Amino acid sequence: MTALDKSVQEAAVEHEDLEHADNDKTPLGHGRMLRKEDPRFIRGMGRYVDDLQLNGMLHLAILRSPVAHANIVSIDVSAAQAHPKVKAVITGADLAAQGLAWMPTLSNDVQAVLATDRVRFQGQEVAFVVAEDRYSARDALELIDVEYDVLPPVVDVRKALAPDAEVIRTDLEGKKDNHCFDWETGDKDATEAVFAKADVVVKQDIVYPRVHPAPMETCGCVADYERVSGQLTLWTTSQAPHAHRTVYALVSGLPEHKIRVIAPDIGGGFGNKVPIYPGYVCAIVASLVIGKPVKWMEDRTENLVSTGFARDYVMQGEIAATKEGKILAIRTHVLADHGAFNGTAAPIKYPAGFFGVFTGSYDLEAAYCSMTAVYTNKAPGGVAYACSFRITEAVYLVERIVDCLAYELEMDPVELRKKNFIQPDQFPYTTKTGWVYDSGDYERAMDVALEMAGYDDLRREQEEKRAKGELMGIGVAFFTEAVGAGPRKDMDILGLGMADGSELRVHPTGKAVLRVSCMSQGQGHETTFAQIVAEEIGIPVADIQVVNGDTDQTPFGLGTYGSRSTPVSGAAAALVARKVRDKAQIIASGMLEVSVADLEWQKGSFQVKGDPGRSVTIQDIAMRAHGAGDLPEGIEGGLEAQICYNPSNLTYPFGAYICVVDIDPGTAEVKVRRFVAVDDCGTRINPMIIEGQVHGGLTDGIGMALMEMISFDEDGNCIAGSLMDYLIPTALETPHWETGHTVTPSPHHPIGAKGVGESATVGSPPAIVNAVVDALKPYGIRHADMPLTPSRVWDAMQGHPTPPI
Amino acid sequence: MQVTMTVNGESVTREVEGRMLLVHFLRDELGLTGTHWGCDTSNCGTCVTWMDGEPVKSCTVLAAMAGGREVRTVEGLEKDGVLDPVQEGFMRCHGLQCGFCTPGMMLTARALLDRNPHPTEQEIREAISGQICRCTGYTTIVRSILWAAEHPDGPTPAAAEPETAGSAS
Ligand code: FES
Ligand code: FES
Repeated sequence: MTALDKSVQEAAVEHEDLEHADNDKTPLGHGRMLRKEDPRFIRGMGRYVDDLQLNGMLHLAILRSPVAHANIVSIDVSAAQAHPKVKAVITGADLAAQGLAWMPTLSNDVQAVLATDRVRFQGQEVAFVVAEDRYSARDALELIDVEYDVLPPVVDVRKALAPDAEVIRTDLEGKKDNHCFDWETGDKDATEAVFAKADVVVKQDIVYPRVHPAPMETCGCVADYERVSGQLTLWTTSQAPHAHRTVYALVSGLPEHKIRVIAPDIGGGFGNKVPIYPGYVCAIVASLVIGKPVKWMEDRTENLVSTGFARDYVMQGEIAATKEGKILAIRTHVLADHGAFNGTAAPIKYPAGFFGVFTGSYDLEAAYCSMTAVYTNKAPGGVAYACSFRITEAVYLVERIVDCLAYELEMDPVELRKKNFIQPDQFPYTTKTGWVYDSGDYERAMDVALEMAGYDDLRREQEEKRAKGELMGIGVAFFTEAVGAGPRKDMDILGLGMADGSELRVHPTGKAVLRVSCMSQGQGHETTFAQIVAEEIGIPVADIQVVNGDTDQTPFGLGTYGSRSTPVSGAAAALVARKVRDKAQIIASGMLEVSVADLEWQKGSFQVKGDPGRSVTIQDIAMRAHGAGDLPEGIEGGLEAQICYNPSNLTYPFGAYICVVDIDPGTAEVKVRRFVAVDDCGTRINPMIIEGQVHGGLTDGIGMALMEMISFDEDGNCIAGSLMDYLIPTALETPHWETGHTVTPSPHHPIGAKGVGESATVGSPPAIVNAVVDALKPYGIRHADMPLTPSRVWDAMQGHPTPPI
Repeated sequence: MQVTMTVNGESVTREVEGRMLLVHFLRDELGLTGTHWGCDTSNCGTCVTWMDGEPVKSCTVLAAMAGGREVRTVEGLEKDGVLDPVQEGFMRCHGLQCGFCTPGMMLTARALLDRNPHPTEQEIREAISGQICRCTGYTTIVRSILWAAEHPDGPTPAAAEPETAGSAS
């Protein structure tokens, strides 16, 4: 059997196997296992922030700006204060008096906690009320009277830098325009030279509209400040509890050891729960002022209009190639809409996140990108929605423009991609923008996908359908991601290095607890991380408890986003287990009275080489480590270790996706008929969980490609502020996902795992859009912008496509 | 006003405001936090419970309207320590990730199977189409419900102990 046949067969088996995804085989480490967290979730016993009830707890509600841009003339809170159930009403002026009206964003900008002088986007926080119950708090908001002097809003990103555009950030001294930052990467001159000699140059404007992660659980917290001890406990929807604690310490002046941040179960994050939102700060302030626990839970509209959005890049793409289809260079200029405050959550030296990987999976001669980021009267954010720090935008750009090139060259998109793939022997491969891809075998992944999809048959079917006037499209996309941020020499957020800690403690009876700094939002860390440790140290998965999400109980680290849990914390978990195993080996040598070198590891026990009869289990060793009697010289009692893992490079998962769509020529409705996703995330720890991560990301892709957009009217009103207007895929728009995989381990990761949480969100939108555009080929269409709703597809079919903003 | 209803087989009486939503009644008054809340517009379905045997979005029902009726929540799915096959199915087929949509999905699934013990994939997709899951992409939810349909009496004896990675040993 060839390697390809084997992969395809495995993919098929993987599929069948899922029906019986139980723990019959109870792998002692990696392999398909049911999740430790599920017994509580299926009984309704998950514990999310809003489930928390504390004695005397009060409820906080936020008054938000109804307009996008206005000076605040006056605020009258007297009627609200008079409400019998209201405990406090706080405005920006009150916070300003304490120096708390502004807070730093994760991008070294500032953001208003409560507006003082001016509101800069619709939904911005203006005042808050604390009351005895949630209904009364909301009632009291109605009693606050704010007078606004409305200013012209900056809504269209293309007009943000026009000379007559109203300046938004008047809070920044000397600011005379809406310019946020400029950024570039690659070699401009070299790229220009390559473009000058190319046979073919294709240009395409490509917009990645503003979207929103919209996790099913909105953001919120309970802040509990105890006056006597000076201890603040914050239960919060945070993907990065440690980073949040440090920021709160820096902002509030409370000593860091008196702040405990606890992220309980989180109902989905997708990047939405990385930033610090004004609501959290308001709840903390309220608890400090009133001395009682205070709960703030935003509603869905608040979530959609004010919390971290994603994307919003207007891109001009250019690709240069020979007439035979050898891609020579890619160039792009991006206009980035950052909203009213630069709240991007990305490593500080990467203001455009990892957009620099826009050269994709291809071996080029040159590349260049310039970017202009601007302020507009929209909510802040920018890095969220499983984007791997803007790799979604980069991959969408390259995969769309490569398809545009295929269109112009009249070449099959698969053939064009294969002709340009970075080859297996070129790894580690340094891209023209300086990224060092760790490992890959792109053609193999593509072949598995083609085989699973039956690509040639699909093309034949398409030809027949076209002859009958039916619209069927086949879209191909190939992506390479850069995840697992990141090496501390290059990457930090607000000065905090992006390393992650891990602590493993083996109890006397051989059961263990692993404490990690990352934080699950549904990914199943309690299972995956136990499996990582089990694989290394031979303790059954069931005997390993994983603790995350509590800053008092876990070592420091930067949390879960950018698919970094497995690449960074997973590495930490494996290495800490090896450290414990090394100590166990020394203790075992004492127990068996042989030298350390005479022992060999048998997953769960040390055995004297050549003498299988003489061995001790890890459980025996644990008891000995804590028990009576001498230990080998220099060895302390106990069996535990802690490490902090600093990744030497990012990891580079990749995948090949094929999408088949049918479009109703009468209504322009797009139906995704099939979707084949072949992912390579290196070593696979729990295939069931990986598949789940991929399915979720593919569904995001349907949302972005076909349905989701945070849009605004010309006055800056957000017209996607509810789930009636912001459409999220249901089971009816979503096909039965078909997944497969190849395995190309990362050479520098301790267990070769690359991370997979965002792969499908990155890879699926271009596959779907490519399929829709392919279906519309008879109409002479080379490109259409997302979201490809029936009306937008219809417009494209009529020859007047509308840009999404 | 005073409201009395049966929740998971037990009669409860509480003094509530007339405008109190059933979802808040269950969560805040009774502490049954397995029923979730996820939107302002009756779109997400994380709040689905049963009222007199029919799935309802409890964010769209006043507690007062549930007076005199029988309400069933996710906490009432397990009977005498035996999981409902739907719960088994979700656990076995990875029908959940963050677990936020899960209670509502399972209650809809139970109602579907009571009405139609052998649904097709399309019927399942239609049944849950008023509910959103942001994590799973639905394929595994469909599988979970099919599993429950195929195992109306729960797991076969051989697999009676659904060992998760968390089971004590
Ligand atoms: S809370 Fe969203 S439908 Fe009830
Ligand atoms: S499991 Fe997270 S929303 Fe469904």
